Amino acid sequence: MAKILEKRLIRTPDVYYFKIDAPLISKKAQPGQFVIVRLHDQGERIPISLADINPYEGTISLIVMAVGKTTNEFVMMKEGDDILDLCGPLGKPTHIEKVSRVILVGGGFGVASLYPIARAFKASGSNVVTIMGARSHDLLVYEKEMADVSDKVIVTTDDGSKGIKGVVTAALKQEIDENGADLVLTVGPAIMMKFVSETTRPYGIHTVVSLNPIMVDGTGMCGGCRVPIGKDTKFACTDGPEFDGHLVDWNLLMSRQKTYQDEEKVSFMQWKKKHEHINIEGK
Amino acid sequence: MTEDNKAKKLTTKKTPIPEQDPAVRAKNFNEVTLGYNEEQAVAEAERCLQCKKPMCVEGCPVNVPIPAFIKAIAERDFRKAINTIKEANVLPAVCGRVCPQEIQCEQRCIVGKKNEPVGIGRLERFAADWERECGMECLLPQVAPSTGKKVAVVGAGPAGLTCAYDLAKIGHKVTVYEALHGAGGVLMYGIPEFRLPKSIVTQEVEVLKKMGVEIVTNAVIGKLITIDELMEEYDACFIGTGAGLPKFMGIDGENLNGVYSANEFLTRVNLMKAYTFPNSDTPIKVGSRVAVVGGGNVAMDAVRTALRLGAKEAIIIYRRSDEEMPARREEIHHAKEEGIRFELLTNPKRILGEDGWVTGIECVRMDLSEPDESGRRRPVEKSGSEFVIPVDIVIMSIGTGPNPLVPESTEGLATNKWGYIVADEETGRTSKEGVYAGGDIVTGSATVILAMGAGRKAAQSIQEYLLTKK
Repeated sequence: MAKILEKRLIRTPDVYYFKIDAPLISKKAQPGQFVIVRLHDQGERIPISLADINPYEGTISLIVMAVGKTTNEFVMMKEGDDILDLCGPLGKPTHIEKVSRVILVGGGFGVASLYPIARAFKASGSNVVTIMGARSHDLLVYEKEMADVSDKVIVTTDDGSKGIKGVVTAALKQEIDENGADLVLTVGPAIMMKFVSETTRPYGIHTVVSLNPIMVDGTGMCGGCRVPIGKDTKFACTDGPEFDGHLVDWNLLMSRQKTYQDEEKVSFMQWKKKHEHINIEGK
Repeated sequence: MTEDNKAKKLTTKKTPIPEQDPAVRAKNFNEVTLGYNEEQAVAEAERCLQCKKPMCVEGCPVNVPIPAFIKAIAERDFRKAINTIKEANVLPAVCGRVCPQEIQCEQRCIVGKKNEPVGIGRLERFAADWERECGMECLLPQVAPSTGKKVAVVGAGPAGLTCAYDLAKIGHKVTVYEALHGAGGVLMYGIPEFRLPKSIVTQEVEVLKKMGVEIVTNAVIGKLITIDELMEEYDACFIGTGAGLPKFMGIDGENLNGVYSANEFLTRVNLMKAYTFPNSDTPIKVGSRVAVVGGGNVAMDAVRTALRLGAKEAIIIYRRSDEEMPARREEIHHAKEEGIRFELLTNPKRILGEDGWVTGIECVRMDLSEPDESGRRRPVEKSGSEFVIPVDIVIMSIGTGPNPLVPESTEGLATNKWGYIVADEETGRTSKEGVYAGGDIVTGSATVILAMGAGRKAAQSIQEYLLTKK
């Protein structure tokens, strides 16, 4: 069991920050790793990237967006509540080394998991450029936090309501053309990571992507998270989650992410129905 | 009783064990075999010849005093029967159900030379179930006063639980670290409810807890804590992390949606209770036509699970013949009774798909040629015999490898070329002082009872180590 110490709404209406009491995990966790969470006895196991690690406090932080049943249940939890199962740190950490210029690209609320990575690159003495994008300004998260750990932050919005109008890949191309980069690292929706990888491919810049396939155990036991990387099939939980973006079979990854689309809907609808009922009775 | 009388009394066949009707059980997850009642158990126990030199005991990896416990059943002293078993076997309710008795104790049984052997497994199960019904107090063994020594056990599967039980019983403080959210290992995630009810496993785990064993779940050793860190806190350590890494064939189409490893398929259903979805949150793709590739016990578990989830046709694809199938005869027999289709001497070439989803599996027929290094006749392709079986789910059940998390993170822990931990067969001793290992992480995929035997041997050598260590 792990206690929720702090909960904050960071993007209306559905993205929350959680600080969780996890002394052991916080001592071992490194940027780029993740945890597996199970909320209750009938709950599923879901992987969540670490959005912060504080070994001195003995805490880790997670950013959760309410999308389906489990994430909705998660964001309903309150400070002081216990998470039934919290397992980690899992996956291999980000390879951090001093490079002259690293560009970090994040989309939507995925930017949050770039935060500990950016901080580590900054601490290594690398020049850190963060490019963060969203459809609109009100969907941006972690702007201030990323500014604290980056030498430069570029914001893009699809509708132009903040920063550069357009998508992150256009800003990435411009930044590479103007200032170059030794390394690009991206976390976010698979489709965005795919296009980031396509953008950097002609430049031959090493591009690290953090994959988010479906997982069960997260320890290499089930193989559900397997993804073709070049000629090999790798397990994202133990071999990853970070891979060379130029070698990932994106179409297959995205197809596998949709395996349980129908079941997820069923589960969520049933939960919503039950939940509305409780609300009505509550009144 | 004279020999003559005994011979007259001996029935040629085992006392039948009540089972659920195949047509009924193929649609539910309740246990297939229902177990003997007292009369049936006594009748079966009376078939035992009480050999002076019991071969059956030699055939048992943990040397259960078989004639003695059977004699007690025949005399209706069930308490004595179970106590006798437990001198040697920590998990009799589990072993009575899942041990391959036909290649162990029952294979050596003298009665079995001319007739069916004594149903040793069924009797073991009977004694264990008799005890379970009388509650927790009966199950708790005497625990010796504390020795002040601390031992860490990594992995709460059959090997780890047995090792923990033996060490706790002699007074050591044992902490078991388990990567998943529940203890039991393969007994929980792998073996289905219809062969081994999970309530039995949880009860056994409760016994350990009552004995003072601490079980820490969600603790992935190698990630959260390393073996070296454990050794700073504990006097000794046992590694029983199993062989949990699923293998795939490396054929085209294996990453399509609808292709599972047996591990994933069974974990979703057993540990995560996907068969009750959406009441439990973990989903599973049921499929109307399911192919399971492989011929072992895990393959039988997977194919029978698929049937119970509602598959219209569930098929085993195995490259050798019936005779070479490594699964227990009983499981194959049960599978056939339930209507599982067997495509033997058949090997998959590739998995076909459309829009990312499995639509079929292309196979080729095989012939058996000369025996290979495993002693089994080597299958060779019959050229031109390719054909397609239309399916929507494929489950790969072709074996597992060692999980690398512990070896990878432990300096100085010797492994062999396949990645299994090198440990002495008799003592479980590894290349690191105070660190012992046993079960599938040493031997590769084997059986529950062999892992338990390894856990027991390691517990004995850990005890010797703790006594001699300054």
